[in-house]
Amino acid sequence: MAKRTLVETVINNEPVELLCEPRQSLLEVLRDELHMTGTKEGCLTGDCGACTILVDGRPVCSCLMLGVEAQGHKLETIEGLATGAELHPLQRKFLEHASLQCGICTPGFLMSAKALLDKIPRPTEAEVRYHLAGNLCRCTGYDKIVRAVLDAARESG
Amino acid sequence: MHEIHYEAPTSLEQAVGILAKHGDSARPICGGTDLLIQMRAGVRRPHYVVDVKHIAALTGIAFDPKSGLRLGAAAPCIEIFENATLRRHYPGLVEAAHLIGSLQIQSRASVGGNLCNGSPAADTTPALIALGAVARLVGPKGERQVKVEEFVVSPGRTVIQPGELLVELLIPPPPPHSADAYIRFIPRNEMDIAVVGIGAAITLEGDRCTAARIGMGAVAPTPLFAAKASQALVGKKFDAVAIENAAQLAIEQASPIDDMRGTAEFRRHLVGVLTRRTLERAAERARRN
Amino acid sequence: MAVKKEAHHKYRVVGTRPIRPDGIEKVTGRALYGADYYFPGMLFGKILRSPYAHARIKSIKFDKALKLPGVRAIVTADDLPEADRKPQQMGEQQVSPYYLSCNVLARGKVLYDGHPVAAVAATSPHIAEEALRLIEVDYEPLEPVMTADEAMKPGAPILIDDLRNQEEGPDQPTNVATHLQFKRGDLAAGFDAADCVIEREFRTATVHQGYIEPHASVGIWNPDGHATVYTCTQGSFTVRTLATKVLGMPEGNLKVVPSEIGGGFGGKTTIYCEPIALLLAKKTGHPVKVTMSRSEVLRATGPTSGIHERVKIGVTKEGRITAAQVWMAYEAGAFPGSPMAPGAMTVITSYDIPNLLIDGYDVVVNRPKTCAYRAPGATAAAFGVETVLDELAEQIGIDPLDLRIMNGAHEGTQQPFGPVFKRIGFIETCEALKASEHYNSKLTGANRGRGVAAGFWFNAGFQSSASVYVNQDGTASVVTGSVDIGGSRASMAMIAAEVLGLPIDEVRPVVADTDSIGYTDVTAGSRVTFATGMAVYNAAQDVVRQLKERAAKMWECTPDDVEFDNGVLRTRGDVLQPQQLTLKELAARFIRTGGPVVGRASVSTGGAGAGPAFAAICVDVEVDPDTGKVQILRVTIAQDVGTAIHPSYVEGQLQGGTAQGIGWALNEEYVYDSKGVLRNTGLLDYRMPTCLDLPAIETILVEVPNPTHPLGVRGVGEVSIVPPPAAIANAIYRATGVRMRELPMSPPRLMKALQEHRNSREGQAAAGR
Repeated sequence: MAKRTLVETVINNEPVELLCEPRQSLLEVLRDELHMTGTKEGCLTGDCGACTILVDGRPVCSCLMLGVEAQGHKLETIEGLATGAELHPLQRKFLEHASLQCGICTPGFLMSAKALLDKIPRPTEAEVRYHLAGNLCRCTGYDKIVRAVLDAARESG
Repeated sequence: MHEIHYEAPTSLEQAVGILAKHGDSARPICGGTDLLIQMRAGVRRPHYVVDVKHIAALTGIAFDPKSGLRLGAAAPCIEIFENATLRRHYPGLVEAAHLIGSLQIQSRASVGGNLCNGSPAADTTPALIALGAVARLVGPKGERQVKVEEFVVSPGRTVIQPGELLVELLIPPPPPHSADAYIRFIPRNEMDIAVVGIGAAITLEGDRCTAARIGMGAVAPTPLFAAKASQALVGKKFDAVAIENAAQLAIEQASPIDDMRGTAEFRRHLVGVLTRRTLERAAERARRN
Repeated sequence: MAVKKEAHHKYRVVGTRPIRPDGIEKVTGRALYGADYYFPGMLFGKILRSPYAHARIKSIKFDKALKLPGVRAIVTADDLPEADRKPQQMGEQQVSPYYLSCNVLARGKVLYDGHPVAAVAATSPHIAEEALRLIEVDYEPLEPVMTADEAMKPGAPILIDDLRNQEEGPDQPTNVATHLQFKRGDLAAGFDAADCVIEREFRTATVHQGYIEPHASVGIWNPDGHATVYTCTQGSFTVRTLATKVLGMPEGNLKVVPSEIGGGFGGKTTIYCEPIALLLAKKTGHPVKVTMSRSEVLRATGPTSGIHERVKIGVTKEGRITAAQVWMAYEAGAFPGSPMAPGAMTVITSYDIPNLLIDGYDVVVNRPKTCAYRAPGATAAAFGVETVLDELAEQIGIDPLDLRIMNGAHEGTQQPFGPVFKRIGFIETCEALKASEHYNSKLTGANRGRGVAAGFWFNAGFQSSASVYVNQDGTASVVTGSVDIGGSRASMAMIAAEVLGLPIDEVRPVVADTDSIGYTDVTAGSRVTFATGMAVYNAAQDVVRQLKERAAKMWECTPDDVEFDNGVLRTRGDVLQPQQLTLKELAARFIRTGGPVVGRASVSTGGAGAGPAFAAICVDVEVDPDTGKVQILRVTIAQDVGTAIHPSYVEGQLQGGTAQGIGWALNEEYVYDSKGVLRNTGLLDYRMPTCLDLPAIETILVEVPNPTHPLGVRGVGEVSIVPPPAAIANAIYRATGVRMRELPMSPPRLMKALQEHRNSREGQAAAGR
C-alpha cells in the first residue's frame, strides 16, 4: 500500500482528519475513504459537474482536485446541504418541480445552485443557465431544474 | 494513476529546490484541471507533484497604473474575473479567464497553468499575447523573462527548463484610448475548447490606430502573435478596410489542422470572422477609454 | 405545460403531481447508485481495452502484472466458457450468447477500439490501473471497416468469419447480418400517380445515450456457486439471463440487485461489467467492484447506429402521399444487432400510404456493438422521411403540418409490418401543435427559421410482475421488478393508491431484486408505466378482491354482495343490512380473517404495438451566417401521451427526449481517426447540450387514452427524441435556404453548406446576367 498522508479539513462544518494517498482525488477520498457517496463521478475530466462540491464557498469539480489539496480548506457536500431534518429550499424545490429523473446529476446541480444563490440571491434565468452550464443533465432538458432554482430564489428572497 | 509524492512548499526557494532536485520527474500543480486529467490518461507521469498555491509570489494579483499588472501564475481565474480593477483595465483577459471550462474549473484553474500546459488552444494565451505579456521564470540559475508568444514551443511543451517555475505574468498598463478583447468560437455556448480563439488589444487616437497586437489560438501548433496583421493596422485609419486587411493577413499566418474540433478550412475561415469580431469589440471598448 | 384533456378525468390520484417517494434520498445524496456500494474486503477491477479497431490477438502475457503488489487476479476470455452461437430469445432481445461473450471479453480477435481484452482485480483502483499497463498483448492489426458503405462493398475486410445471411447464401462471408423488407401495393404505379416525387440521400452519425452515470457493478461469489451482483441496469432480470449465459451457470444461482440508475436511455439493457465483476469475485473470493470511466463508456458501451438512408416519396398536388420507398443501412457495431428493424418498422408508419417499399440492412463495422437508444432506430430513420416531407409540402405549397394531418395514420390504418392501429392520437397531436401559440406566433429577424417534424414509436409491452402488500395499519407497499429510471415508482404508487383508495403517501413503492419478485422485462421501450403499471393495477385489484372476501366472511355474505369504493367496503344496499368498513379498519382485523392480504399479478402484454405514441415538434432557430452555429430559440413539443399518470414526469420525458434530439441534430457524433481509433472519448468533445444551449422546452400533452390499458396509459418515454433532428433541419432551411442531409448539423458542416449555397447562388446570378 502506498504511503498515506494525513489531511486535516472541515467537511460540512465538522473538522475531519483523514489519511489518503496523494494520488487520490478529493472525489475518491470522499467516496472510497469516507464513504460519502452523495458526490458522484460522471466523467473525471471536469466536463459534467456531477462531482461538484464547494471549497471555501466556491464550486469545484472534486475529481480535479487531489485529496491532499483539501488540507486546511472548508468543504461543503450534498450530505451537508439540509439542516438537520429541514431540507434546503433548493432541495425542496427540486422535488416540487420534478427537477430530477434519474437523479445522478442532482447533487452536483444542487451544489452549483447553492453557490449561485449564495452569490446572487435573485438571479435571472440567463444567470441561472450560465451558472449551471458546468453541470450536465441528460434526462430533463434542464427546464425543470431552471424553474426550481428560480423558484427557490424567489421564495428565499 | 501511478504513485506520486505531493509537496506543498511555502516559499519560492523551497519550490525551486524541489523542482531542481527532481528535474523532469517533478511537475508543479496549480489548479490541476489539466494535470490530473493528463496523469490519469498516463500522458504525463511525474513522480513529484509540487503544489505552488501556497507561495505568496504565485498567487498575488497587483495592478499599478504605472507598471501594470503582476499576475501570480497560480491565481485562479475566478479571482481575475471577480476583480473590478482587472475588469476595467483588461476586459479581454478577463473574458478569456471567464471562458476556461465551467465555473467549477475557473475556481481552480489559473492563467499561469493555462500557459504552462502548452496547449495551442489555451484561451488566456492569445489574450496575454495581445497585451504584450511577459512571463517571469525563476530557476536554480536565477530568473529570466520570456515573451508569452515565445513561451510555448510545441503542443504540450514550453521553454521551462527542469527546476524552473513560472512565477508571474507581467502585463504592461493599458495605454490611454486602448482596450483588449478575446473571442473564441466553440460549437456549444459553454464547456468547449476553442476551435479558434483570437485576442486583440488596440489603441485608437481618433479614428487612427496607433498600436495593435493580435494573438491567435488553435490555428497552429502553438499560440501565435499575428505580427503582420497587427503591424498592418498601426498608423492606419481604423475602418472596415483595415480590419479586413488584418483579417486576411491573420488567415495567411494561420496553419491549422483538421481535428475533431474543426477542419483546417473551417478554422481558417474562423480566423477571419473572429479577427474582425475581436477587433471591433476591442475598438468599441477603446473608444470609450 | 398545457394539458389537453381528452381523457375523462374521473381519477382521484392519477393526473395529480405528488412528490416522488424516492426523491428525498436523491436530493440528499443518500440514494445508492451502481458505484456507491462498499463491502468489507472489496477489491477494485479495471479492464484492459484494445487500442486497435480490428486486430487478431496473438498472445496475452500477464506475469508482470500479477507480480505487482496488490494485484489479486487477472481474467481473459479463456476464463469464460465458449458460449452457444445460436441466437436465443433473452428477454426482449434476440441474442447470440457467443457474440455477447465475445463482447464482454474479446476472444481471438478485437473488433473495435476499446474492446475488452483482460481485467484485473486489485486492492485499489490505482493499482489495478497500473497493472493494466503491465499486461502485454501481442496484436496483429487488421484493416478496419468503419462505415456501412465500406462494409457492404464487395471484397471488404470481414469482421466475423462465420457471419452469413440468407440472400448471399451459406458460402459467402459477409458483413451484412440481415436484410429486412416490408412491401405494400404497387410502388411504380404509386409514383406514377404522384404529381411531385422527391428522392434524397441522408447520413447520420453514431451517437451515444450519454447517461451521466458510468456503468458500475459489484460481484460477490459464494463458494457454493451462488452469486450476487449489484449493478446499475435497466433490467435486473435481463442481466440475470445474459450474465448466467455468458458465465455458464444456472440462472437461479445469480441474484441481481439493481441499484438506483443514473440514466440509461436504452444503453443499460445489456451486460458489460457484470460478468467481469463476477468472474473476478469467483477467482479472488472477494467482492469486486468494476466501474467504467467516461472514456470507457464512450469507447466500448453501445451507442446507437449511424445510418445511410435513401428516401423517395411521391405526392399528388392536393397533398396525398401515393408512394414511398426507403432504403437504410444501419451500422450495428462489432456484432449483429443494430436497431435497423425498429427503424424500418417506424420510419414511415405515421402515414397511411398505399404503396410502400422499405429495405433495411444490419451491417457490422469496427465500432462498439450498438445498444438501444431511446426509440431505437427511429430518430435516424425519421430524419430522412420528415425532411423529404417538408420539401414536398413546400413544393406543392401546403402547410407542412397539414401534409402530415392529411396523410396521418389513424384508428384502422394498417402499419407497414402488419398490425392495424387501434385508437391513436397522431392527427390530434399534429392538430394540437398546429393550434399552439408557438406555431401561430410570428418569427422575425434575419437568419431565423421555423421547422416542424413528427415522429412515431410503437412502444413495447412484454412481461411484468407486481405484488401489493397491505400492512396492518392499512398502508400498502407495491413491489415491482422494474428499475426506476425517471420516476416510475411515483406512478406505480399512484396507480395502487388510485385502486385502493389510499392517499399517495400511504403507498410505498419498492424495486425488488431478482429473488424477490417475479420475472420482469427491462425498463425500456416506454413499457414500465404501461406494462408494470398494468401489473400493479391488477395486483391492487387482486387486493380488492381479497378485501371483499374478508368483508364477506365477516358479514356472512358473498363477496359479490360487497362493494369497494375509494377505500371503503360496503354491503350492496339492495341485498343486505348496510354494513361498512374502511380498508384501515379491515386491515386491523386481517389477523382474525385469514392473515395478511397480498395481491399479486403478472402480465404479458405482447410485443410491439402495445400503446403507440406520436410526437410533433416545432423549433425556431437562428443561424450565425459567419460560423454556421445554430442557436435554438424556441421549441414546443406535442405528444400523444395517453392518460398522464404524473403529468410532471410525463412532461419531463418530452423535455428530455427533445433535448437529446437537439444534441443529436447539432453537435453529437463519434469521431474516429483513419485507423478507427475514437478521438472524442470525453464529454468535452462529445458535445451534449448544456443548459445554456437550450431554451425552455414547452410541452403539450395530448391525452388520447390507450384502449389496451385499464387506465388508458400509453408509453411516453421515447418518441420525443424522434422529430427534433428533422425539425431543426427544416428550420435551418427556412433560415438559410440550405437543406442539411447529414447529422450532426455542426458548425463546420453547416458553414461549408452555406458557402456552397452562396457560391452556387452567385454562379446562378452570374449565369443569368
